[in-house]
Amino acid sequence: MTTQQIRAHTTPEPVAAPVRLSARGLTLAYDDHTVVHGLDADIVEGTVTCVIGPNGCGKSTMLRALGRLMKPRSGLVELDGRDIHRVPTREVAEVLGVLPQQPVAPDGLTVADLVARGRHPSQRWYRQWSGEDHRAVSDALEQTGLLELADSPLQELSGGQRQRAWISMVLAQGTDLLLLDEPTTFLDLVHQVDVLDLVRDLHQDGGRTIVMVLHDLNLAARYADTVITMREGRVVASGTPADVLTPELLREAFDLEAVVVEDPVTGGPMVVPVGRSGQRS
Amino acid sequence: MTSTLAPDDARQRADDRLARRGRAVRMGPVSFPLRPRLVAVGLLTALVLFVLVVLNLSVGSTFIPPDRVWANVVGTSYDDYFTIWRVRMPRVVVGMLAGAALAAAGAITQTIMRNPLASPDLLGVTHGASAGVVGVMAFGGSYGIISGPLADIGVPALALTGGLAAGALCYGLAWRGGIDGFRLLLVGVGVSTVLMNLTLWMLTLGDVSDTGRAMVWIAGSLAMSTWQDALPVTVALVLVLPLALVAARTLDVLSYSDEVVRSLGVRLELARTTTLVLAVLLAAFGTSAAGPILFVSLACPQIALRLARTSRPPVLLSALVGAVLTCAADLLARNLISVQLPVGIVTGCLGALYLIYLLVRGNRKVQA
Repeated sequence: MTTQQIRAHTTPEPVAAPVRLSARGLTLAYDDHTVVHGLDADIVEGTVTCVIGPNGCGKSTMLRALGRLMKPRSGLVELDGRDIHRVPTREVAEVLGVLPQQPVAPDGLTVADLVARGRHPSQRWYRQWSGEDHRAVSDALEQTGLLELADSPLQELSGGQRQRAWISMVLAQGTDLLLLDEPTTFLDLVHQVDVLDLVRDLHQDGGRTIVMVLHDLNLAARYADTVITMREGRVVASGTPADVLTPELLREAFDLEAVVVEDPVTGGPMVVPVGRSGQRS
Repeated sequence: MTSTLAPDDARQRADDRLARRGRAVRMGPVSFPLRPRLVAVGLLTALVLFVLVVLNLSVGSTFIPPDRVWANVVGTSYDDYFTIWRVRMPRVVVGMLAGAALAAAGAITQTIMRNPLASPDLLGVTHGASAGVVGVMAFGGSYGIISGPLADIGVPALALTGGLAAGALCYGLAWRGGIDGFRLLLVGVGVSTVLMNLTLWMLTLGDVSDTGRAMVWIAGSLAMSTWQDALPVTVALVLVLPLALVAARTLDVLSYSDEVVRSLGVRLELARTTTLVLAVLLAAFGTSAAGPILFVSLACPQIALRLARTSRPPVLLSALVGAVLTCAADLLARNLISVQLPVGIVTGCLGALYLIYLLVRGNRKVQA
């Protein structure tokens, strides 16, 4: 097991953008089972960061900790330079939106109801709904293209639409920092690309800083500015897709024999696994 | 997305529809969502409740026409003072308030447990109250009359103590660095079963005339209701229902999965514990007023949910429906057959039938 961290920066960044979210010596555990060991990571303003790694490497756990959904055993998460667990939880929710993996909503909920829930952090007990809330919901649905489905029950939506609905909820929260835990799980390729295109639009048009956990290496390569590769609770590599998605690092992180070629669409790296089928005799 | 002949038009219509749904009632800094259907259903339910109260006051062993009821209520006539003010009015008021409190408790519990089967009955409250009351009735007095210092405490206070103690016990046993809704329900079922059997055991030990009275209380009866029974539950409702309105937004969020609740900046444990305490208080006060009136806390929130077509049981409407169900049930319990039935038996039958009807109708609609 290599604990060595490779921070490969081919080109030094011209002006360092501020770090929005960072993990310092983060150790995370469920009961007595430690999942993440002393992890460091920085999320830079205005970037899309994808976290990849084999199943059970602790990438979702790390994202949960970054979104203060769980408390670290040791180390800390800093949001704009402040310990995230010392900031009032509502204040965090006004800056940082998290979409957990497989979120559950009550039955019979309409899309508009779901998205309206995203307004919770900016509401008060005496101001439970206002014109501002309505505008935020309407804008969020507009961005995700769900405006016409606002009155539909959530259960009647397709998987891709449902995921868009949840993203709308996080958007209605009005945060410029979004953490998405596997937003493409259970979606077919068309809808995966659809959701990730939406995420890219949110980044490019809305200037949002986005962190997501993804399973598909090629989609991560295509949509990320920074890729963080994890294995067994540690960061193996972190950098641009071209720096991180190399045959050597893929072997180190995934035990995967792969050939990295140029993506015919974007010109970025594309991972082609060798597997057993490649060893034709 | 979908392309239509006039996409802008469709978009505009969708936006308008959303705007209609997203209207708010504003008074200075105070602003609440306007839900026309909820308000309409609420007013209608209140009207039905009013009719039922009048019927309850006029129909009985002696029939008093509504105009004479009115004259007695406003004080221009004292002909039926005793029947109206001493017998029927306390009974209908206690029934109404107890039903409202139980149903409101049910609405809160079902929301935070995310389970339509969750009810305060499963949080130990009802059975705790029964055990408390039966324990004292069977051993503390003679011939059903509680004597000594226990007489000063009274049955409602005993029920309240038993209910709250059992609720706290469930909560304590389920606590493991936080409360998991499902775990709490399982612990509640366990504690309730133990208490129920304890109650049965005490019933077999006690003197027959004492346990007879205790049985009547367990079945949920309004027959002995006095103005004294109404006071505690009134105070509980007046204090807790406005809090439930304030917490409406939090309850909305608590019906989502834990991670979502946390991601929205809610302090999950604090919010859940506070709302749960409200529910336990309402249930304990409701039970203490009239005994465990069965099924009100389970059925009424579901009935209110379907009437208002909201995403979670609305607390205030549930309380109104609870009052309606209890009043209707008591009207039947007093007049259906020559022998007076305990109201709990009727609410059980009536509520269950109506709930089944709603569920069956709902299923058909989905299938169609």
